[in-house]
Amino acid sequence: MPRITVNVDGTTYTDEVQPRTLLVQYLREQLGKVGTVVGCDTSNCGACTVHMDGHSVKSCSVLAVQADGHEITTIEGLARDGQLHPMQQSFHDNHALQCGFCTPGMIMQALDLLAENPEPDEQQVREGLEGNLCRCTGYQNIVRAVRDASERMRPGAGPPMEHSEPTSPPRTATEQDRAQVTGGQHS
Amino acid sequence: MIPASFDYIAPTTVEEAMAALDEAGEDAKILAGGQSLLPVLRMRLADPRLVVDLGRVPELRGVRQEGDSLVIGSMTSHHEVLGDPLIREHAKLLALATRTVADPQVRHRGTFGGSLAHADPAGDLPAPALALEADMVIAGSSGRRVVPASEFFVDYFTTALQPNELLVEVRMPHWTGWGAHYEKFNRVAQAWSVVGVAAAVRTEGGAIAEARVGLTNMGPTPVRATGVEQALLGRPATSETIREAARHAAEGTSPTSDASADVDYREHLAEVLTGRALTTAAGA
Repeated sequence: MPRITVNVDGTTYTDEVQPRTLLVQYLREQLGKVGTVVGCDTSNCGACTVHMDGHSVKSCSVLAVQADGHEITTIEGLARDGQLHPMQQSFHDNHALQCGFCTPGMIMQALDLLAENPEPDEQQVREGLEGNLCRCTGYQNIVRAVRDASERMRPGAGPPMEHSEPTSPPRTATEQDRAQVTGGQHS
Repeated sequence: MIPASFDYIAPTTVEEAMAALDEAGEDAKILAGGQSLLPVLRMRLADPRLVVDLGRVPELRGVRQEGDSLVIGSMTSHHEVLGDPLIREHAKLLALATRTVADPQVRHRGTFGGSLAHADPAGDLPAPALALEADMVIAGSSGRRVVPASEFFVDYFTTALQPNELLVEVRMPHWTGWGAHYEKFNRVAQAWSVVGVAAAVRTEGGAIAEARVGLTNMGPTPVRATGVEQALLGRPATSETIREAARHAAEGTSPTSDASADVDYREHLAEVLTGRALTTAAGA
C-alpha cells in the first residue's frame, strides 16, 4: 500500500492507505478527525470541505494519496487554546446552524471566501458558498454569520487567525492522537 | 460510496505517464483534478485497473506565451486560470466561462485540460475552447500531434484522445482586445448548463469586424454558431443587429430533451442567451 505523509491541523502523520481511500475517509477513520463529515456522497453538498494548502476542497473528491506531502486544515484545527475561531463564534452567535451537519463545511468554505475577499457583500457570500448546501435551508443566518465574521476578522479587530504563525511548531502524531478515534470504523 | 480497488501511480514527468498508459492501455484512467473522475469512481460507473495521477507532473501546469500563441498546461486548475493575468488579457472569454464552473471547491481542484478531455456536453469550457479556436497538443507513444478543437470533440464524453494518449497543453491565438461574455443558464447553484453561450466580438469604429460564438449543451459536442457569426460581420454593433443574428443560433444544432429542458426550449434558450452574450461582448 502507498505510504503518505500528511500534515493535518498542525500534526504530521505518516500512514499506509489504499489508493482508493478518500481523503475524508482517511481523516475520519484513520485519524479520528470526525469533525469533517460526509454529507451527500455526490460531491454536491460541501459538508466535507477542508483546506488543502490553504484552499478549500471537497474531501470526498480527493484521494488520500493525492494529499501526500500536503497540508490539510479541518474544522478541528481552527480553535486556539480552547477559544473558538471568530468564524465559529460568529456561527454560534448568529444561530447559523439548525441540525449542524453542514456547519463544518460552511465554516471552512466561509474562511476560504474571506481569504479571497475579506469584505464580501451578501451576494458575494451567497456565491462564495455556492458549493455548500444546508438541508435545513438556514441560509439567512449563515450569510449573516459570515458577514459578521468578516467584521471580527478585519485586521486589528481580534486575535490572530488561522493564517497567522502557529503557536507551536508542527509535531508528529503520537499514540495519544490516535487513541482519540471515536468515529468511522469504531463507531 | 467508496471506489472499487485500483492500482495507483503518480508519475513526475510526461514520459513516465506515457509509459504507464502504454502498458495499461484501456485499463487505465487518467486522474487530472478528479472532480469528475472521483464521483464516477465512487458511484462505480468506471472500474479502472490503474489510475495515473498527473497531479505531480509540474510541466503540465501553468500559462505562458509562445510566439503568437497563448499556451495553457492541461493541469492548470480553474482557480489558476481565473487568477492568470495572461488569460485575462488575451483570452478573457475563457476566464469568464471558468468563473461559472461548478463551485469554488471544485474550481480549486478541477483542471482546464481535465474538463476538455472529459467532454461533458453540459461542461462550460469546451464551447469557449471551440470559439477561441484552441488547438489540443496530445502526447502519444509515437510523439505529439495537434488536434484543433473543431475535431477534438467527437461525441458525448468522447474526444479524439486514444486510451494511451495524454492532453499536454492547449494553444490558442491571442484574442487581445476582443469583447467577451459567457452566458450560462441553469436552475440551481453549482449546476451544469442547461444551455450556455460563449461569445467573443471585435468591434471597429462601432461595427462588428469579427465574431466567434460557441454553444454549450446544444448537441453531443460543443457547436460553433457560424450562422450567427456571419450575420454579424460588418454590421453596426447595435441591439437590432444582434437580435437578428441571434435568430440563427440554433441552426445546425441537435440538442436533447431531458429533465431540465425540451429540444424546443433549448433552441429558444440558444437564441435568447446568444443575444445576451453578444450584447455584453459587443458593449451594445
